[in-house]
Parts: sequence; C-alpha cells; structure tokens
Amino acid sequence: MTTTESNEVEPAEVIVDPNAVSVTINGKQFTARKGDLIIKAAENAGAYIPHFCYHDRMSSVGMCRMCLVEVDTGRGPQLMPSCMFPVSPGMVVETESPASKAAQEGIIELLLANHPLDCPVCDKGGECPLQDQSFSHGPGESRYIEEKRHYEKPIAISELVLLDRERCILCDRCTRFADEVAGDALIQFTSRGNTTQVTTFPDEPFSSYFSGNTVQICPVGALTAKPYRFKARPWDLQEAESTCTTCSVGCRTAVQSSRDELLRYQGVDSDPVNWGWLCDKGRFSFEGVNSDDRLTTPLVRTANGHEPTSWNSANAAAVRMITDAIAAGGASSIAVLGGARGSNEDAFAWARLAHDVIGTPNVSAQLGDGLPVGVLGMNRATIDQASSAATIILLAPDLKEELPVLYLRLRDAAVKNRSRIIEFAPKATGLTRYAWRTVFYEPGTQADVVSATLAQPEIAAQLAKGEVVIVAGRANLAESSAGTTAALLALLAALPEAKVLPALRRGNVVGAISVGMRRGKSGLDSTGILNAAAAGKIECLILVGADPIADVPDADLARRALAGARRIIAVDTFITDSSRLADVVFPAAAYAEKAGTTTNIEGRVTTLAHKVTVTGTSRPDWMVAAELAQLLGTDLGFGSVLDVTAAIAAAVDGFEAVTAEALESAANGVLAGVGSFDAIATPTVALGDRNSYNFRLVVSRKLYDQAVGTTHSPSLAKLAPGGAVFVHPLDIARIGSAVGADVKVSTPKATIVLSLATDDSVQRGTAWVPFNQSGANVGELIDAAAAVTDVRIESL
Amino acid sequence: MSRLTEDNVRVAHEIISRYPRPRSATIPLLHLAQQQDGYVTNDAIRHIGELVGATSAEVLGTATFYEMFKFEPVGKYLVNICRTMSCALMGGEELMHHAEHRLGIKAGSTTPDGMFTLEHAECQAACTEAPTLQVNYRYRFRVTPETFDALIDDLAAGRLDSEIPAHGTVARIRQHIPAERGVGAVPPEDATNAPSWMTVAEAPK
Repeated sequence: MTTTESNEVEPAEVIVDPNAVSVTINGKQFTARKGDLIIKAAENAGAYIPHFCYHDRMSSVGMCRMCLVEVDTGRGPQLMPSCMFPVSPGMVVETESPASKAAQEGIIELLLANHPLDCPVCDKGGECPLQDQSFSHGPGESRYIEEKRHYEKPIAISELVLLDRERCILCDRCTRFADEVAGDALIQFTSRGNTTQVTTFPDEPFSSYFSGNTVQICPVGALTAKPYRFKARPWDLQEAESTCTTCSVGCRTAVQSSRDELLRYQGVDSDPVNWGWLCDKGRFSFEGVNSDDRLTTPLVRTANGHEPTSWNSANAAAVRMITDAIAAGGASSIAVLGGARGSNEDAFAWARLAHDVIGTPNVSAQLGDGLPVGVLGMNRATIDQASSAATIILLAPDLKEELPVLYLRLRDAAVKNRSRIIEFAPKATGLTRYAWRTVFYEPGTQADVVSATLAQPEIAAQLAKGEVVIVAGRANLAESSAGTTAALLALLAALPEAKVLPALRRGNVVGAISVGMRRGKSGLDSTGILNAAAAGKIECLILVGADPIADVPDADLARRALAGARRIIAVDTFITDSSRLADVVFPAAAYAEKAGTTTNIEGRVTTLAHKVTVTGTSRPDWMVAAELAQLLGTDLGFGSVLDVTAAIAAAVDGFEAVTAEALESAANGVLAGVGSFDAIATPTVALGDRNSYNFRLVVSRKLYDQAVGTTHSPSLAKLAPGGAVFVHPLDIARIGSAVGADVKVSTPKATIVLSLATDDSVQRGTAWVPFNQSGANVGELIDAAAAVTDVRIESL
Repeated sequence: MSRLTEDNVRVAHEIISRYPRPRSATIPLLHLAQQQDGYVTNDAIRHIGELVGATSAEVLGTATFYEMFKFEPVGKYLVNICRTMSCALMGGEELMHHAEHRLGIKAGSTTPDGMFTLEHAECQAACTEAPTLQVNYRYRFRVTPETFDALIDDLAAGRLDSEIPAHGTVARIRQHIPAERGVGAVPPEDATNAPSWMTVAEAPK
C-alpha cells in the first residue's frame, strides 16, 4: 500500500518492479509507485508540499494552486500543481526552490486577500491548514490594503453545519465530498469569479447523513458544526484514538475532550474500514454521553419507585434476586439479554457470569431483530473484500440508514466500477441508485425471488465473473428472520464460494455473539426468552444495555415479557422504558468512559479509549459482572480490563491473536478468526393466504430514531423524521384517503393511527413504516410468531 | 409561470434525447426555462434537475455561472450599454446617464411597467462602432441620445417586434433534429461509429 515499502533494502537478487518509478525529489533519488501523484510521492519521500484542496480520498481538482512546485520532466523546470500530475520516470521535483517558494507565497497572499484574519475567534484557529501554512509557506505580509469581502455570517446549510462564507477559499473539498463520496450533491459552487460561493438550493438544506465530514475536511474555518461551535480551542483538547460503536461498522475516531467533557469526535483514516469518514449520528452522539439524564447511582425498586442506593446494596439485591431465582426455577429460569452495546470485555464477562457462574443457557445479544447467530460462522467477508468483489449481493436492510459508512464503501465500489451490486429488497434503499440490478420482493417471498433471479442467464454470467460477497441482514422487522435466512441459504447453495458480510447493526453485536453472548446448549434465543418470560417462566431477566420495549419489533411481546419476568436486573446508561421496570438498575459507564475492545461486522477488533471520567458512580458492564460473580462465589479473575482482554484471547475461538500487545501495534486493529457456530437449518416460511385488500408491511429503521442515544443528543434528536405510513403513490386511491390524513392501520392483533404519506421507493401492495419514531408504535402490529405482517389501511 | 409547461416538457425530452447523458441537456433546458418565463425560476431549476437527474443545487450551480441566465424577473427588453474602454472614450458613460434619465431607473433595475431592464456591460466586441448597446443581445451601433430615444420609442410601440423578440427567446423557430441524425443516447465510451455528420479519414496504414 505505502510507497515507502519499496525503499526498504531489497534482497540480493535484483527484482525489477514494473510499478516502480524512479524520481528525484529535492535532489534525492526516490522510488515512487506508478500512478502516484507528485504530491503524494513527495510526502512519502519526506517532502511535504503545502495544499488545501488536495485530499487523499477524493479526486484531485487543482483548485487552490497551493501545491505548485517546480517539476522538470526533461523540458526544463516549470511550475506544476503537484496534485494533478502523476510521477513519471526521471522526473525532477523541487518543492523548495526559489520559484516554488515564490509561487506558494503568492498563492497564500492571494488567498488572504479576502480571508478575514479573525483567527482569534475562529473555531479552526490552532488546527487550521490555512493558518498553519500561512506561517510555514506564506510571505509573512500582504500588499493588499483593500477592504475585505463581507457576508452575512453564519448561514446554516443544514441543521448541523454552519457556513461563514467570507472564510471560504473555494477549495471544493466540501462540495466534492458531497458529490463524490456521499452522493448527496446538495451543496454546490454558485455564481462565478469574485462572487463564487458555496450554497445550497433555497429550501433544500445539506441534509446529508455525512455532513459532519465536510466540517472536518474544511481547510479553513468556513464550515463549523453546531454541536462544537465555540465550545473549545483546539489546543485545549485532549485526544485519544478509539472506535465508534454507534453502529457495527467500527469507524476509527479521535475522541476529543476538554476539562473532562467530551466535545468532539473526528474521523480517523482506517484503510480497511472508514477511510476517515464518519456518519453524523456517530460523530455527534457524544452529546448523549454528556447528557444530564445519565444514570449516576444504582437504583433499587421500593414501594416508592426507584430509589438511589449504594453499589454494595444494589449488588446484594441483585445477588439475592439471582439466588432466589435459581432456588425458585433453577438456573435456566434466568435469562440474559443484551451485551451488544458494550465492549468485547463487557460481553465476555457477562457471558462468563451467565453461562459459567449462573449456569443458564438462555443468553442472547440480539433482540428479535437480527439473524440466527450461525450467520457469523459462514465464510466471512471483510469490508475490503466486499468493496472489491466483482459482485455484491445485498440481502440487507438499507445500509445508508443502518450502517452508513459501509454504504459509503459499497457505493464507492459501484461508482468506481469495481463491483456490480445485485440488490434484493422489499423497498428501494440508498444503494438502489447504484445497484446494477435491484430485484424487489414481497416480504416472505425472498427465497423464491432469489432462486428465480439466480436462474436468469445474465445474472448467472455476472456471478461467474469473480468473487461474490453477500451482505446479509434483516431488511424488514415486520417479518420473522425466516424469509431472509431461507434466501441467504438459497444464495449460498447456488454460490458455495460466496463470502458473507453480516449486516447486523448494534455496535458490538458481532463481538458480543462471538465472545459468548449467545444461547448455550438447548438454550433459548431472544424471541424464545421473551416468550418464556411472557409465559411467566423466567424468574430473573437480566438486561445488559438492552431495551426490549424500544428495540424488539413485537412491542406487545416485549411488554408482556417484562411484565411476566418475575425479577428484572438492568445495566444501562439511561432510564429507558425497559430499565424503568427493573428491580435493580446498575448505572453503566458509556462510550469513552471505559477502555476495552470492540468487534465490527467483519470481525475486526479495535480498541476503545477511556477518555473521560465516568458519569456519577457508573461502572463498565464487565466490572458489574465480575463483582456479581464474586458475590455468587466465583472469582472470574478479572482485576482490570486487560485481564478480560487476555481471557478472551485465551478462551475464545478465533480471538487467539487478539491480545493487548497485538492491538497496540496494529494500526487497523486485528481481524479475529471466525469461530464455530451451529449451522443454520433451512427454516420454513409459513405464509398465510394473501388477502388482496391488505398491504404487506415493511418496517425498517431510519438513521435517526428514538433510540436512547439519539434522543439524548439534542442536535440529532430533532432530525428523526417521525412516524407515518408510506404507500406507493398509485396505491393511494385504494385507501380512499388523502396524503397527510390520519388513517387506521390494523392487523387482527392491533390498530394504530398514523398519517398517510406516499413514497415511490415503496413497492405496490406493500406499506412501509419507519421503526421507533414518534407517534403511534408500529411494533404493536408486529407479531414475532408470524412470518409476515399484513395490514389493512382505512380512513378514519 | 414556474415549472416547465407541458409543451415545454415535450421539447425538453426531445432535447435530452439528443445527448448521450441527460445532464448534458442542462444548459439548453435552462434556455428553455428562460424563454418560457423571461428568467429562470427556482421551480424551473427544480424541474430541470428532475428531468436530467441532477440535484437542484447542481443545476443552480451550473446556471449561476452564466451571466446571461437571469434569476429575477427581467424586463421585456434587456438593454446592455457597454462601458469598456472604447465605448467609454466615445461617450458610453454619457449614454448610460442619458438612458437612466430617459427610462427613469438606475442601471441594474427594471422599469415599473416591466418593459426595460438597464444594465452595464463589458466589452461587446464592436469597438469600431462605439458607443454600442445591445437590446436582448441585438446590437445598436454609434448610439447617441437621440437614436437611443428613438430606439426606446420604437421598442415601446412594438415597431421592432419582428427583429427583437422578448428577453429569453433563444430562437423563434425551434430546430428539430431527426432521430437518425442525433447522437442518441450512446455515451462516448460506448460509441463505435462516428456521428453521421462527421467524415472520418482512414487511419494511415
């Protein structure tokens, strides 16, 4: 990957590398890679060329002219923008010659002709490429005495991003990012010459899920993010590298705080994962960690409701509940749900507590919205393999909504023509625009649709072209996992060599399942646990960062389960609808309040930074588990988080190489091996009679919903779109109601009222409702026992 | 008066079909919108974006690069008076002064009856004929206050309708390119034959 490799001493025999290009940079011979831009080759050779518009992850445009250097290709030295030309053999580059310096100083002087010198009040001051390079490569003074340009400041280009136009140097980074990387070309240069500026179209804000990246890559202070604006000076920030756990892509971040308060997350460029990008939900979710609503002390239920208590008494209460439960119904009357929101260490400690100390096989890290755990035992693909496969098959939720940075990577694969996407979906997704083929299916019929599609000669020819990666996840929460599982097995039967990238969503779900948060022998899965609890067979339900009432698709089942469980212990960062019902609530340390490791969808284990002090007396989940185990008579031997990391490496299949030392030295984390999982049996999809008056229900998540972390992040909470029922525009006549009107949406089980809307991404005969939004809870309509959900939509 | 009319949508589709990629039709469609309304409305921009598969912001960015697209209502006649060197020496400034008095408006604005918009222009490339002006981009040479007044009188009375159409009109007779002469929807990288109007010399052996 890096060009420095070729600098290393070659073995004795001379191997002529066809990709080596010999160039002279500042008088020194250097071997660059064919196709490298001069600016990149120079940087690799240790000669930094100043620049503003050039960005490693985007195409070069040569807008800012800052990277002008003298280049001699045999015709005499001439000034060339080094971001626009690849190296050629024998090229002589002078980055610091008098002519190069004069050009660079001239550009700085021109850029500063209109750029205000308001660095003392500018958020970028202190980490500003323009400021830094004015010092390092500027003339030090200006000949311009004219009045500078003034604009109204700032203007909001989205709910999250503000623009101070007078600071903009028109480098095209934000606009290029929006168009090239995010695919949301909602900001653009308008007008020309001296009046050129970045704007949105009136009333069409830059409402991209990736807008925060433009703030990070802006080389001046023109773009600022509302959650950080005027919060801190860069030199007051302390930073630690970590991994975002908002979803399971595992983007590398720099967690920044000042005075022990989280203030900003920045994307870190991890080549196999996020390429430096973050989604806005991940980037701004620190607000939730800082929320005043965080739990600070353990709570126990008394006659007067929850009352704060000490850790000792809460632990004693929890131990009593566990021993009472075992006495009443045996170990298997205890069930543990969750673990997917914490670290590997948290999950491992809880898995040890559940399986080895308590002795229950009823453990699940999913909440009825995932796939059978066997999907992790398949021939797993990495994100890199997926985004370089000849064919990517999507049998997954809308990745733009659920795993946004994976969406960026796969979109990149499609638009750069590396891969062709074949998409199976019940409803158009963010990737439909880029898919080579999109095959829509009616929920429940996906296995048949997959088989029929594979039989088409054109599809078969495409699949024969090379590697195939299947991205598998739950596209629809209003159907059981059976349809998708059957379709996945049908795909694998036809394509035994294909690799599978699991599109499970919760931050560390892959890690949690891998290290043991899954059912043991003859144990129950999450739906089984909930059913047993609802039937009064669970003496003690333990929720480890799990909120079944909000997250389980079947709302009625979740409610009955929590009502039916005799005792409930919850470990959580907030009081949620579920932890509100618990008898004991332990306050958990949140993201950036604890160290550890996390595992992303491809099995890549990376570190989590402990950056700020915990809120109140909260503790990491693993510590809670270790302490309870101790009190139950088993010392797990976990004195520090490193002990747990070491125990995982020693005990977990596939994690042998994941040691603290290995993680320390590996910039991009360590790819864990695939452990062994029970193979998935082909499920039967029992579809009832389809009543043609009904709409088949599709329920899926939007990026912003009423999840606990989002509702406690004020900047993000207001971005949730709210609930409504969407049908295809041509189906509206069938309903006999108008767009915007309230309609009854009913199943035999329940009726809810939602406002009616149209969306041509919804297929005819189906209705789509976003999950976990404000308004009526669509979960009331979902039955975990049914293969699919058919609803009737009627005017009130 | 905003989105393209049904007739113009038909024309738009014909224009789009001439290009290998729909986006290439953006500027002709902006002309079409300006012809329809006298200026390019925001609704038209949004509509063009839908037609060519671009965001409104992209169409706006492209459109605003060009000074001859107007984004606010313009009079029926756009009068551009040159103020560059030759015209300035030959009385361009005085002509503008006179025009402002005659029309009762400052340069850059439109008469209340919506007939005339007066603007400064940079060199119109007819220095030998200075001072010059253009009415909807039709030249008038060696303009004096008297000939200017006569021009305004003629325009107001409709005597020049046959020569100078309302602002925004690109051509009064629209050209229709038969399908077999169009480039068609073949992206350049997929084109195997040269377009029919090009004679391609045999490559030297």
